[in-house]
Amino acid sequence: MLETRLEQLTACRAAALLRQGEISSVELTRAILERISAVDKKIHAYLNVTAERALTDARAADARLMAARRDGETPPPLLGVPMSIKDVISTRDVVTTAGSRMLENFTPVYDATVIEKLNAAGAHLIGKTNLDEFAMGSSTENSAFGVTRNPWALERVPGGSSGGSAAALAADEGIFALGTDTGGSVRQPASLTNTVGLRPSYGRVSRWGVIAFASSLDQVGPMTKDVRDAALILDVIAGVDPRDATTVDMPAPNYLAGLETGDLRLTGVRVGAPREYFVKGMAREVEAALRAALAHLETLGAEIHEISLPHTQYALPTYYLLAPAEASANLARYDGVKYGARADTPGDVWDVLRATRGRGFGAEVKRRIMLGTYALSAGYYDAYYLKAQKTRTLIKHDFDQAFNQVDVLVSAAAPTPAFRIGEKIDDPLQMYLADLFTLAQPLAGIPALCIPGGFGAGLPIGLQIMARAFDEAKMLRVAHAYEQTTDWHTRKPVL
Amino acid sequence: MSLTREQVAHIAELAKLELSGVAIESMTRQLSEILDYAALLNQLDTDALAPTASVIPNQNVMRADLVTPSLPRETALRNAPDTDSQREFLRVRAILDD
Repeated sequence: MLETRLEQLTACRAAALLRQGEISSVELTRAILERISAVDKKIHAYLNVTAERALTDARAADARLMAARRDGETPPPLLGVPMSIKDVISTRDVVTTAGSRMLENFTPVYDATVIEKLNAAGAHLIGKTNLDEFAMGSSTENSAFGVTRNPWALERVPGGSSGGSAAALAADEGIFALGTDTGGSVRQPASLTNTVGLRPSYGRVSRWGVIAFASSLDQVGPMTKDVRDAALILDVIAGVDPRDATTVDMPAPNYLAGLETGDLRLTGVRVGAPREYFVKGMAREVEAALRAALAHLETLGAEIHEISLPHTQYALPTYYLLAPAEASANLARYDGVKYGARADTPGDVWDVLRATRGRGFGAEVKRRIMLGTYALSAGYYDAYYLKAQKTRTLIKHDFDQAFNQVDVLVSAAAPTPAFRIGEKIDDPLQMYLADLFTLAQPLAGIPALCIPGGFGAGLPIGLQIMARAFDEAKMLRVAHAYEQTTDWHTRKPVL
Repeated sequence: MSLTREQVAHIAELAKLELSGVAIESMTRQLSEILDYAALLNQLDTDALAPTASVIPNQNVMRADLVTPSLPRETALRNAPDTDSQREFLRVRAILDD
């Protein structure tokens, strides 16, 4: 008998049990589907559960697993494991909405590269998860299809924009998930739900087939129940892709193997604590958790150094000029001609275009298109867009300097635990402040991950670990050591 | 307020977004607030700095100049809101006078 319920398994453990023939993929897939039936009415993590197709895929996986055992072959690393995918990542023949009315009936005709890679590794789709429309938001309240609730406190948000993926894992409605992170959309929801979210270095993972938001910032990242799973999923999805010219041909080490040395000591590892990340407005329990985590890392042998990233306060305005500018260009494609919704309205082709976009996009998406259009418009380009691009140079330089002194940086992942649904929705600037700690890393192109780091008043608090670009292995090692010597990640919400 | 109602209406037209009068009101207030916050960047002297458009070293990534199959027409038109009856073309409202 298993010591854990099937839906609670991590991807690594599930894959091992499947290989050994201890469990079948059909059993595992059914357990997830039953869990979704039991709790997703409360959570609304999924926009679409592909039950029938998932069971068909599971049966095929079981046949392959059996053949592999019979022939003494090693099956692909995720064979038989179901996956939950943020609904901004294209899945062939499965509706992909980006959380928008605009794409309510959009059925991709190809799979994103990350889906191809996960399928090749043996994983199969179980459903598409909820998100803020076009991945713009920090609470999942901007979804056109209803809010997702935080499994730890149903009246609170799960974070965003990958809130559906995070909530699905926190509620054991999935084994592992993918999210996307432009300004924190993988890490901030992980922080609010006691799960792991990893943003890879810009260029590490292909975005081909991912619906674009801000192209100089967007990355796809693993969302998982522990650090080993994040390493395994990154192993599968990392790598240069000829279809995405922004992927970088850099060697990717075997991240999972890097964690399997069994050594949890951090002797000689230099951990930087950036002083600018201790801000006014940070919740007291978050600061206490961060200080305790730093002390804990020290007991593992790490050296803690106070570091300065002097341009930290400029990350938020820089991000909220650059990301909307890029979004306004990317979202110009939604014209109701080639795909997507078209408004049925009298008038000429321009009237149809205005109505299509005015009605197809939600409030936050329109706000960002407007902000970006303004920042790029004649007469304001230099003052806003170019200014922000120059500030980005300073922010990147801060990190370059810091990583000359330390191996990783550690901060909180969000300034507060999960906030209440409705609390910030009418105040965009307050909502943007929820991303305060997760905006600078994408601007600099560096990887960062969020892991469970404690609780305050019953709500999860996340710890963020950052590393130099393309040095994911180092941050995974520190994250793994912290996780394996604490028990936060084993705690589950009561549903 | 860094923006006027008229400016917001003009930006909406540039972005081809139909906005109600109420939406223009609230957008004027919200965008002004965000832009006022963005004025924080004016504290920095950035005159001598190069802008960062990309954080990766890739430049002019080339692919081999090979002819490969493209999507079949039927597949490419599958998500189109409107096509001609033969499903050969995307259809839009007339853009030229008769």
